Amino acid sequence: MGELLIGLYVFVLATLAGREVISKVPPTLHTPLMSGANAISGIAIVGALVVTGAADTPWVKALGIAGIVMATVNVVGGFMVTDRMLRMFRKR
Amino acid sequence: MNTSVIAQVAYLVSAILFVSGIKQLSSPATARSGNARASVAMLLAIAVTLLDNEILDWATVAAAVVAGAVVGGVLARTIRMTAMPQLVAVFNGFGGGASAAVAAAEFVRLGASGPGPGTGVTIVLSTLIGGVTFSGSLIAFGKLQGIVTGKPVTFPLQKALNALLFLGVLLVGAWLALVGIGTGDHSWFAPIAVDIGHGFFVALVAGALVLGVLLVIPIGGADMPVVVSLLNSYSGLAAAATGFVLGNMMLIIAGSLVGAAGLILTQLMCKAMNRSLGNVAFGAFGTDGPALAAKTGERPVRDVDAEQAAMVLAYAGSVAVVPGYGLAVAQAQHELKKVCDLLEERGVRVRFGVHPVAGRMPGHMNVLLAEADVSYDKLLDLDDINAEFDTTDVVLVVGANDVVNPAARDPDSVIAGMPILDVDKARTVIVMKRSLSPGFAGIDNDLFYMENTLMFFGDARQQMSELVKEVREA
Repeated sequence: MGELLIGLYVFVLATLAGREVISKVPPTLHTPLMSGANAISGIAIVGALVVTGAADTPWVKALGIAGIVMATVNVVGGFMVTDRMLRMFRKR
Repeated sequence: MNTSVIAQVAYLVSAILFVSGIKQLSSPATARSGNARASVAMLLAIAVTLLDNEILDWATVAAAVVAGAVVGGVLARTIRMTAMPQLVAVFNGFGGGASAAVAAAEFVRLGASGPGPGTGVTIVLSTLIGGVTFSGSLIAFGKLQGIVTGKPVTFPLQKALNALLFLGVLLVGAWLALVGIGTGDHSWFAPIAVDIGHGFFVALVAGALVLGVLLVIPIGGADMPVVVSLLNSYSGLAAAATGFVLGNMMLIIAGSLVGAAGLILTQLMCKAMNRSLGNVAFGAFGTDGPALAAKTGERPVRDVDAEQAAMVLAYAGSVAVVPGYGLAVAQAQHELKKVCDLLEERGVRVRFGVHPVAGRMPGHMNVLLAEADVSYDKLLDLDDINAEFDTTDVVLVVGANDVVNPAARDPDSVIAGMPILDVDKARTVIVMKRSLSPGFAGIDNDLFYMENTLMFFGDARQQMSELVKEVREA
């Protein structure tokens, strides 16, 4: 099986798994869910690290670094602000 | 790019942590550790990637990570909770931009000797989706922040232009995917194709950025949360596409999780607003304020002052509060909390009924109430609170309108079928509002004229502090 096809399998199954777990999140937590999911989309940082690490021309390196900076803002900011919100959800 | 077996296994562990972390978000009691788990998953993925790949220039990579972390951290710590939708829009745009940048870097790296159309298609997709997400999110941020006009920006032949641009971008993308990248395999015109390929790639990036702007500007400010949610889904898809480009399963899994999350939230929001996604995207809703001229002020209403309202509330057995975005705009949630505390001290049972689209993004009102220190077990969802209204003595509606309009139950109404809070079933309803003016849907609200409704006119913050005083003395 080609790599593309394996990727497609993974993509479809992960989407279905995501659908299952996410549809159980109650409306009360939809904002933290959105910002938390948003932080996860910063996974592009992994890709950015791979291309920057192997970069051998200035253009590739510049694009890779731009990717790292943007993705890190997304990841760090996203997880931190989600935590800040969830910390406020307390039961008294 | 070859990923070692150890790294693949670590990515799998990371994927499990992502999924189980999101699963923990399904209860406020475990949600915080769920988020922590997801961030550990991310840290693991990053660490493994750094160890598994040859990093030629550690200093630059470290500097880039630190720069991004500082910017993200400061934004996350300083943002006001009411500005959360803007922040999510910005972060989202960066996520999409990062995916597009990675795809572009791969395009440049592979140049003319690419491995063939498979990678070509995914590079084009990743660049296109990432680019649209980047510029679209920034426009959404501008609209929410008030930098870009919140009104829908429309001009003649707009849809035709968008369609044409989209078609053009697709054609350029198709050419790049099938011919321009991987020209090594299409030897006879390879030398020309390389230059054309670079030109076309720049055109693809520019087209995607312009398309993102054009798709978002015709949408009204009040619909931005749906747009942000949809773009969130796109940023996940862009990351997944980048995963296909690099043959990296971690990116595919995490990206598709986000894609699913964004899509589900978008569907839920559209349903709660009683609109289709097409209507949000192309309806240019709210062009000149209310769509229909409403007849207001012709029917008699019963209005009360703070003292009377306080009496009604203080001597009730149970009170349900229905907060709308007006509450947050007036920054009155802390005063509201004081009123509720005073009522509870008197033995009144108090809880909150929160409509799914109250606030500026799904669940936003819950965050604002949590910030005001309201216990989460008192925040009830639409279905739960609707089951309780006919046994509730007093409902206090603050700054909400369409979501409590009983016209939604009338099949002939423009808001027919929209999920509403059935506050009119309670014994007494107090509506705190500036005036009788119609809400976003542009129609009169029969609730205001009902016999069991008391109108408490005025600015939410001012009236709420009055109410604190009066309840204390009641």
